[in-house]
This record gives sequence, C-alpha cells and structure tokens, in this order.
Amino acid sequence: MSSPHAHQAHAPQGFIRKYVFSLDHKVIGIQYYFLGLFSVLIGMSLSLLMRYHMVNPNVSVGWFGKLWPTAAAGGIMTPELYLSLMTMHGTIMVFFVLTTVPQSGFGNYFLPIQIGAEDMAFPVLNMMSFWTTFLALVVMVSAFFVQGGAPLAGWTAYPPLSAAGRITGPGEGMGQNLWIISIAIFCGASLMGAINFIATLVDLRCKGMTLMRMPLTCWTWLVTAILGLLGFAVLLAAGVLLILDRTVGTSFFLPAGLMINDKIITGHSGGSPLLWQHLFWFFGHPEVYIAILPGMGVASQLLSTFSRKPVYGYKAMVYAILSIGFLGFLVWGHHMFMSGLNPYSAMAFATLTMCIGVPSAIKTFNWLGTLWGGKIHFTTAMLFALGFVSLFVTGGVSGIFLGQPALDLYFHDTYFVVGHFHMIMGVAAIFGMFGGTYFWFPKMFGRMMNETIGKIHFYATFIGVYAIFTPMHMLGIVGNPRRYADFTNVEYLSGVMNVHQFMSYAAYLTAAVQVLFLFNLFWSLKKGKPATENPWNCTTLEWGIPSPPPFDNFAGVHPVVYRGAYEYSLPGVKEDYVMQTDPTPVRTEA
Amino acid sequence: MLLAPIIWALAVAIVYFFVAKTWWFPPPISQHGMAYDAQFNRTLVVVGVIFFLAQVVLGYAIVKFRNDGRRATYSHGNNKMESLWTSATALLFLSLVLMGTKIWAGVHFDEAPPDAIPIEVLSKQFAWNFRYPGPDGIFGHTDLHLVNDAAGNPFGIDDKDPAGKDDIVSASLKIPAGKPIKLILHSRDVIHNFFVRELRMKQDIVPGMEIPLHFDTEPGTVGIYEVPCSELCGLGHFQMRTTMQVMSPADFEKWKQDQAQK
Repeated sequence: MSSPHAHQAHAPQGFIRKYVFSLDHKVIGIQYYFLGLFSVLIGMSLSLLMRYHMVNPNVSVGWFGKLWPTAAAGGIMTPELYLSLMTMHGTIMVFFVLTTVPQSGFGNYFLPIQIGAEDMAFPVLNMMSFWTTFLALVVMVSAFFVQGGAPLAGWTAYPPLSAAGRITGPGEGMGQNLWIISIAIFCGASLMGAINFIATLVDLRCKGMTLMRMPLTCWTWLVTAILGLLGFAVLLAAGVLLILDRTVGTSFFLPAGLMINDKIITGHSGGSPLLWQHLFWFFGHPEVYIAILPGMGVASQLLSTFSRKPVYGYKAMVYAILSIGFLGFLVWGHHMFMSGLNPYSAMAFATLTMCIGVPSAIKTFNWLGTLWGGKIHFTTAMLFALGFVSLFVTGGVSGIFLGQPALDLYFHDTYFVVGHFHMIMGVAAIFGMFGGTYFWFPKMFGRMMNETIGKIHFYATFIGVYAIFTPMHMLGIVGNPRRYADFTNVEYLSGVMNVHQFMSYAAYLTAAVQVLFLFNLFWSLKKGKPATENPWNCTTLEWGIPSPPPFDNFAGVHPVVYRGAYEYSLPGVKEDYVMQTDPTPVRTEA
Repeated sequence: MLLAPIIWALAVAIVYFFVAKTWWFPPPISQHGMAYDAQFNRTLVVVGVIFFLAQVVLGYAIVKFRNDGRRATYSHGNNKMESLWTSATALLFLSLVLMGTKIWAGVHFDEAPPDAIPIEVLSKQFAWNFRYPGPDGIFGHTDLHLVNDAAGNPFGIDDKDPAGKDDIVSASLKIPAGKPIKLILHSRDVIHNFFVRELRMKQDIVPGMEIPLHFDTEPGTVGIYEVPCSELCGLGHFQMRTTMQVMSPADFEKWKQDQAQK
C-alpha cells in the first residue's frame, strides 16, 4: 500500500547511474539476465568439452594443449581436468543461471510491476545484490586460473574429498577455497534478494491486489524467495565450516584415521562427512525448487494467456506452489539414501518425497486443464510453455523411480539420476526462461523478437534436448556410473559407447542451434519491430504500461486492481480479455 | 499443429525403447535382485502409463484447441476433478513406495544371517582390497601405521597378532554361490561406493564409518561381475574397478586353501 521510501523521485541521469549502479529494478533485472546469459554460455561450453572427452578420451586436440598446458598436456584432457570442468559446469549452471535468471532476472523486473509497485522495497539492497552476485561469479571463474586449477569434487563438494585439501587431488587446493568463497558470497547476494522480494510482496501490493489476485508468477517468486532465505543461510553455514576444516584444522567433516596418498592425516578427528551432506542437501533440495518454481509460474502465465483461458484451478495452483515450497524442506534425505544414512529415516524421506510428487502432478493436470477448451495461439513463447509441460512430465516421472530407496539401490550415482535432473533443471527450467524471454522481450526492450527464427529455435531445441537427455535413462538402467572421465575401464560399458556418441552429437547440434537465439536476441534489441503496449492482449499489469516502461513504471499513477489475473474469454464481453486494472463491472462465474 | 505429432513421436519412441529393452539391466543373481526387478517393472508400468497419457493428451489438446476462430470456454476449473486426480495420484505414489519397503528392509533393516561369510572391504584412492578372516574365523588386528600397499599389506595387518597370520587379502572379491555374505565396508580416505549391477545394490563407503552390507546369490550364478566405484572419489574414480567372482562352493574352498599356502 505504501510507496518505497528509497525510490527516486526523478529519473537517474548519467551512464553510470542509469546502467551500471542503477537502483531501478528493471535495469537490475536485465543485468541479472545478461549475467545469467553469459554464465550459461560458459556452462554450456564446459558441457560440450565434457561430452567430447567422454567419447574421445585419447584423442589429442591441439588447442586443449594450448589452453591447459599441464592439465591437457599433448592436447589430451586429463581426468582431473575433466572433473574440474564437470564441477564448474554444475556449479555455474545451478547457481549463476538457474538461481539468477528466473528469480533475480525476470522476478526483479516484473514482480514490482505485476503487483502495481514503483520499485522493490529496498532498491539500494537490490543493486548490492546484483553486484555481489557479479563478484561471486568473478571469484568462481578465477578458480580456473590458479595453481591446480578449478576443484574436482563436483558441485556437491562432498568431504573428505573437498575438505582434506590439495592432497586429495589437483584443484583441491586454492581452487576449492575460491569455490567455497564464491558460493559464500553468492549466498549473501541471495539472502539480500530474498529479503527484498518478500518485503516487496508483503508490503507494496497496490490497492485491490489481494494475494489471490496476484499472477501465479508472483506466487512462485514469493515462495522461491522464502526457500532462498531459509536454504541459502544453511549453505553459507556449511561453506564456513568447510573452509575452516580446510584452513584452520577444525574437524566438522573429517574423522580421525584418514590416510590419503600414503600420508596419515593427523590433526583432525571426530568429524562426519555425512554432516556436510545433511547441510548441503537441506539447502540443495529447496534449491532445485528455486530453480523450477518461477518457470512453473511463467508456464502458467503463458499457457493461460495464449489459450485465452483462465488458469485452471488457480487456488489449487497456489496451494500446490505453497506445498511444494513447504515439502521441499522435508525431503533432502532422498539425495542420501545410499549415504550410510539411518535406513528408517530413508523411509520417512521416501514417503515425503512421494508426497511432493502430488502437488507437481496437480500443476501438470491444471496446465492441461488450462489448454482444454482453449483457443491456442502458437507464438514462440507459447511453444516454449507447451514444451515445458512435455519436458516437466518426462523429467518428473523419473523421480518416481529415484524417490524409492529400494530402486535407488541401483540407480544412485548412475546416469539415470543425471538424466532426471537435467530434464527438470537443465531443460524444463531453461524452457521457462526461453518462454519468459520471448514473452517479455517486447515489454523490456520495446521491440518484438523475430517469430520465425524463434520457432525454428524452439523446434530444433525441443527435439535436441530430448535426444540428449532421454538416452541417459537407458544408460542408467545399464548401470553407467556418473562422473566418470571415460568409460574404457568398465567392460559392460563398451556396448553403450554408441549411445554416448549419439548424445554427444545431439549436444553439439543443439548447442549450435542456440546461435539462432542469440542472434535473434541481440539483433531484435536494435532492429526488432517496435512493440505496442500490449502485443499479446495479456491481462496482467505490465501490459498496461508503455514498452519499455518509464523509470517509475506507472508514471506517478497508483494502479488499482479490480479482478484476478487471468480473466480471458469472459462470456458477454466483446474482447477476449479484461485487464486486471479494468474497473468495468462484469458478471463472472464464481 | 506441428508440435503435436513431434510430441507423440517422441513419446512412442521412448516407450518403444523401454518395452524393447534395447539397453537393459543384466540378469539378477539373487532373490533380492529378482524382487528388485519386480518392483522396477511395477513402477515402470505406472510411470509409463502416466508419461504416455500425459504426452498424448498434451498433443491432443494442441490439435483440438488450436485457434480456429471460435471463443475459448471460460472456466476457472473443477474442484471435483481436482480432488479426484489428486487423491488418485497420492494413492498411486504412496502405494509404490510402500510396496518397495520390503525390499529396502531386506537390505537394511534385517541383520545378516549368523552364518554369513564376513569379508572386509577396503576402498581407497583408487583401488579395492578384500580381506577374509582365514580358518580361525578372526580378523587380525590392524594399524594404520603398518599400511604398506607396495609390500602387499593394504590393511596394515599387524604380524604380531597370531589371528592375522591366516588372513587372506585379495584385490578382487571372491565368494561362493548360494551362501550368505556380509561385507564390512571401510574407506581409507574419501567416500567411495561398492556397486554390483547383478546384485541390484550399492552402498556408499564413508571414512570413519564401518558399514555392513549383506546379500546372497542364487546357486548356479557362477561368473565374474564388475565392481565399478560409484561415488566420486578423485581423478582416478573412473579407473577404480574390481570384480566379484562367484564360484562354486567347492572352488571357493580350493581358492581359500591356495591363498593360505601363499
């Protein structure tokens, strides 16, 4: 109801104030978006290097040797280099892409506008959260350039491998320290963002914008922020404990009696490697919901808008989002079924994990229900939303195998798990971001993206990601272990090298296709057709202001909301949509 | 719309590979393994039906409700349908996990039978070693300071302890078919994982913990089965592999005697 106190009365002047150290949530959202875009290009390149090496482990590639004279001497990637690329791939993708773009990118830009606010509650904190994230990325990337290179313990950094220091492997010296420091800085940035989002949503909704009239995107940004607030605090604590074990001789995670590389480790005792896993996954599971919830919100928004139909079961969708958020804190043990965890607690975690499948199923049914009886417009944004539903089903159902400890006895640490989480995070979530991009680009930049190029991008990517990630489930059934630099030492894997080869080719092709997206994005920034205020005839508040919006969003006017977010195709109304801010009384169904 | 046939084609192709079992599990060699496969198949049927139906319905909706001029149906949903499919899903998912409990219990709630053959497993960067107690049935005392891989003493067996003199150390696991086995898993350095596909089980090996894992094999499952480390343990993780050789009980006795002679 009240205006934020720290927002500016006048538009900022000067390049630095406007585009660098901006307090404007819209600029900050775009900064996050491009940070995420830069990060995904790095993350994707790392994965291509990995996929190349897996199928060509002994082939010398000239420029590998130039880039990494020690770690790829003679142009052949060493296993430690492979593992460090893998570690950084996971870390950069999960933190700097999946945790930034959907929430801090789109959320920052559109949350205030969708609830009728002029800016976030704390614009200075907002600016600090971006630059802190930027600093975290710089520190993370610097791990590549230090002695020993980037760490090799995976994005999960299990001790003792990650805790005992350089002695456990190359990259486990300074590289691992920088990784921990980067993550800790990132935690700080996330906490700043989470506080801002929650305060904004609680306090700055305009008149008439009750919680149950908010677009579903806002609900997902709210719950994601709560998950971030509680989860990142624990990760920060875990990181502090880990770096203490590594540098000052504490023993949170290190037991006595270790012998590494023929050297008996003294000076540590009483620690538990399992403690790290508990702390990490207590954060790690909410983290994956942080990665997917905003994408679900975008999917609901797009499916409704482009079917010209209200979201099917809005209230159920809200309860599903809240349940996923709440239950998300209770299932972390399913990442630890094989860890030596108490087997009775495994059953408790398994039951809760099956429960969390229920709200996800509700959302899927309701997306299908939204389409049913609709009038579907196949814009590129809509195609990505439809693709999201297909991919979410495929990725989600493999969770029904993994959530059972009895079946995880085989599938843990196989490619079945890799296929599962890539489908959900690496694809469905990414499709949410693509959909959001094609949908909101006109509003953010005042120009339309090219629909033809967009559609080619969609179809090629959709088929491509299925080709890359579905075979991983078959590999899991064969028993293909994870995190192997190459497969030449396991006889039973000789029969699946053709599958790996297929996946690698699919990866190169799908990556190449993304050039279309990049071209479309950057070309349209300058040369796209000028966009109108509401090119999609969408009902939510951002479509009632100019494209791009003025610095204070509503040009000094305080919007008033009269109805829910998805009033499409009302009987008796000529237009097939009614804006949330439209005061005209309309007889509607309950 | 083009998207519908693509979704349907993908769904059909995926179901095909699961039905044709083009890339599949190796045959199980234990009762537990057979029970595992039954639970997997149950889950596969449920998941397969959900997956296929969802993709078909999605494709159907794309075709049937594409923009053809008519107006969309204004509806906020149907609470009865919501309750129906929510309860059905919950029932289905919870039943599946409960059905699997017996399998999980057999591995982790139940103790190894008293006549199980105890075998110590030592995992380290990047090799496996196994120790048998020998005819006296007692594992000899070990000391970390006595560990000497090069001299063939990876366990650090104390030669002052008479119980250790008949201990058998081997780089690969050898067991008799049809008898219960109890592995006692140790790690010297970082987390590793013992995995045998045909047994349908694996277990993380955590330094500082002594973790038991028991199983038995069916008689007649003689063969050599691979044991690839299944938890990231460093740069040699992909090379950390050994074998589990299942022998006839007679051959196993002969092997033990041969080892004792050494």
